[in-house]
Amino acid sequence: MTDIQTINQPLSQHIKADGSVTTLAEYQSNYGYQGLTKALSMSPSEVVDWVKNANLRGRGGAGFSAGLKWSFVPPLEKLPGQRYVICNADEMEPGTFKDRWLMEHDPHQLIEGLAIAAYAVQADTAFIFLRADYDLCAERLQHAIDEANAAGLLGEQLNEAGFSLTMLLHTSAGRYICGEETALINSLEGRRAQPRFKPPFPQVSGLFGRPTVVNNTETLCNLPHILYHGIDWFANLGLGDDNGTKIYGVSGRVKNPGCWELPIGTKVADIIAMAGGMQDGVKLRGFLPGGGSTDFLTEEHINLAMDYGTIQHAGSRMGTGTMILLDDQTCVVGMVLNLIQFFAQESCGWCTPCRNGLPFIRQILTDLEAGRGQHEDLEHLLQLCGYIGIGNTFCALAPGAAEPLQSALKYFRDDFVAHIDQACCPHGNSPKPLNGLKKEAIL
Amino acid sequence: MTPIIATDAATHCADWRLKIEPLNEHEETAIAAQIHHYPQPQAATIEALKIVQQQQGWVSDGKVKAIAQRLKMSPDEVDSVATFYNKIYRQPVGRTVISICDSVSCWIMGYQGLAQAVTQELNIALGETTPDGAITLLPTPCLGACDHAPVAIVDDQLTRQLTPASLILLVRRAQEQT
Ligand SMILES: Cc1cc2nc3c(=O)[nH]c(=O)nc-3n(C[C@H](O)[C@H](O)[C@H](O)COP(=O)(O)O)c2cc1C
Ligand code: SF4
Ligand code: FES
Repeated sequence: MTDIQTINQPLSQHIKADGSVTTLAEYQSNYGYQGLTKALSMSPSEVVDWVKNANLRGRGGAGFSAGLKWSFVPPLEKLPGQRYVICNADEMEPGTFKDRWLMEHDPHQLIEGLAIAAYAVQADTAFIFLRADYDLCAERLQHAIDEANAAGLLGEQLNEAGFSLTMLLHTSAGRYICGEETALINSLEGRRAQPRFKPPFPQVSGLFGRPTVVNNTETLCNLPHILYHGIDWFANLGLGDDNGTKIYGVSGRVKNPGCWELPIGTKVADIIAMAGGMQDGVKLRGFLPGGGSTDFLTEEHINLAMDYGTIQHAGSRMGTGTMILLDDQTCVVGMVLNLIQFFAQESCGWCTPCRNGLPFIRQILTDLEAGRGQHEDLEHLLQLCGYIGIGNTFCALAPGAAEPLQSALKYFRDDFVAHIDQACCPHGNSPKPLNGLKKEAIL
Repeated sequence: MTPIIATDAATHCADWRLKIEPLNEHEETAIAAQIHHYPQPQAATIEALKIVQQQQGWVSDGKVKAIAQRLKMSPDEVDSVATFYNKIYRQPVGRTVISICDSVSCWIMGYQGLAQAVTQELNIALGETTPDGAITLLPTPCLGACDHAPVAIVDDQLTRQLTPASLILLVRRAQEQT
């Protein structure tokens, strides 16, 4: 057996450079499915406590404790009957590609993690809600589920208590809002993916009105290791207050964009160094720490630790942990316009601030980028950020959309002003934004 | 400055007076297998739409009616789902669909150059199909391949680190094939 102290990249230990998939035999030769075996020998509530004590925080963006979330599911004695777990593998946050990496290379790890979560909340059906475009993931996951069923790792009577589990792969048809957990549940029921009012929370009444837990892919992938190696091992992996590792990613003008598994709490600068640093001739100006719906931070912040508390304290969110870099040759107004265009297009249209506010913001930014901006536009934009902010909308999409904009206005205000004063985009982006304006034609 | 108040929601007006286009045998079996996964038939809506789309490239009004009948829904209910999702096409598309990622990392890495080159080459705008029905160009949100930006999906294949020249090459190859 491998010395557990040497396992410091548990989630990616099987990922091969050639991109090939980890087979069931390979997975099982290195304690694969033994975390599940261990869980199945414990009582479900012991598993919940185990994960709660490990303080595994959700990797889907919000950082909520997984064990705590599970503990809100009413015990089977109190609420008998069907319950569900769902793996959120929708991954449509701009700039995010970590879940794809995990699923493509090591599908059994996710299946084992999802099975552990299912056992913990006594769900007999588990869904993997996979985004539409991940064809390779779909192929490999389905194959792995079939293998696990054939090997008796999933299916009927998995332990003496008679726990059984059916696992199903559901591929979506592409819409960012499906990643929001209550919208995801609507989508899975065959409805328009509009978010649902909370409460009731999904843990009490979710899919088909039954108790439901939704966890992110990366969150679930941690479970086999936490069960097998224990809480102390997991706690020791993290550098700061948080436990475990994190899949960090970098995209933008770096030499070697990609993602890596590093101790959670690794410094921003060290993560950028993994990407080989900036391309020759370009300078870093800022970064979105965890996807398109997080606030910009600047080069002043690169020595901060990438963990939930530190990044929040600095005024942003760790989000998905996959950062997007802004360099000195990229127009920040154009970048924010691109993000807002995405959110406007992907808005589900349910509530007015988001449905109307985002296209309004897009229009102002389009005018700024085209050199038609006026100074009062900047105040107007800030006002609109409040209008679509937390508390004013039905879900977190619109407040998330406000984050890159409000922080760009704070850190890069001069860039906005330059567009107005020079009556054009100083980076030469002035003509027509090409983004998807005619897309409606096909839908 | 004129504020845009309109939504980004798709506008599509189906005509339910049109004849139902019955599901063929393959569609029937495949949809039945999917219904089996869920406690309610409605939950198989997306799968049913995808199964039909796989066969004929898009989902016509007549097929929406057929799916509705099979899943015990109204045609409007099925259509409200169909029009919600980016990857369900309610209009015919070209034999090759090119989906170019227009999200942030690809935008930073040169999306605009790609879009310009390919729309010029084909003489159509994004969202349109060439008159010969060979190619449809679609902008698409982040494909989760930002480490290979800029990217596009050409005929279900992810193509990475594109340049205008390499994309044009792919387009021409697709044109020759069809
Ligand atoms: C607009 C929107 C999109 C989201 N997209 C995703 C997503 O693609 N994947 C994901 O895991 N969580 C996404 N989330 C967060 C989920 O709602 C939910 O918090 C998460 O899946 C919970 O898993 P975790 O606790 O394991 O992180 C999204 C949230 C919002 C508001
Ligand atoms: S904030 Fe936007 S995405 Fe969320 S419910 Fe409102 S309209 Fe829909
Ligand atoms: S931004 Fe293009 S793949 Fe993510």
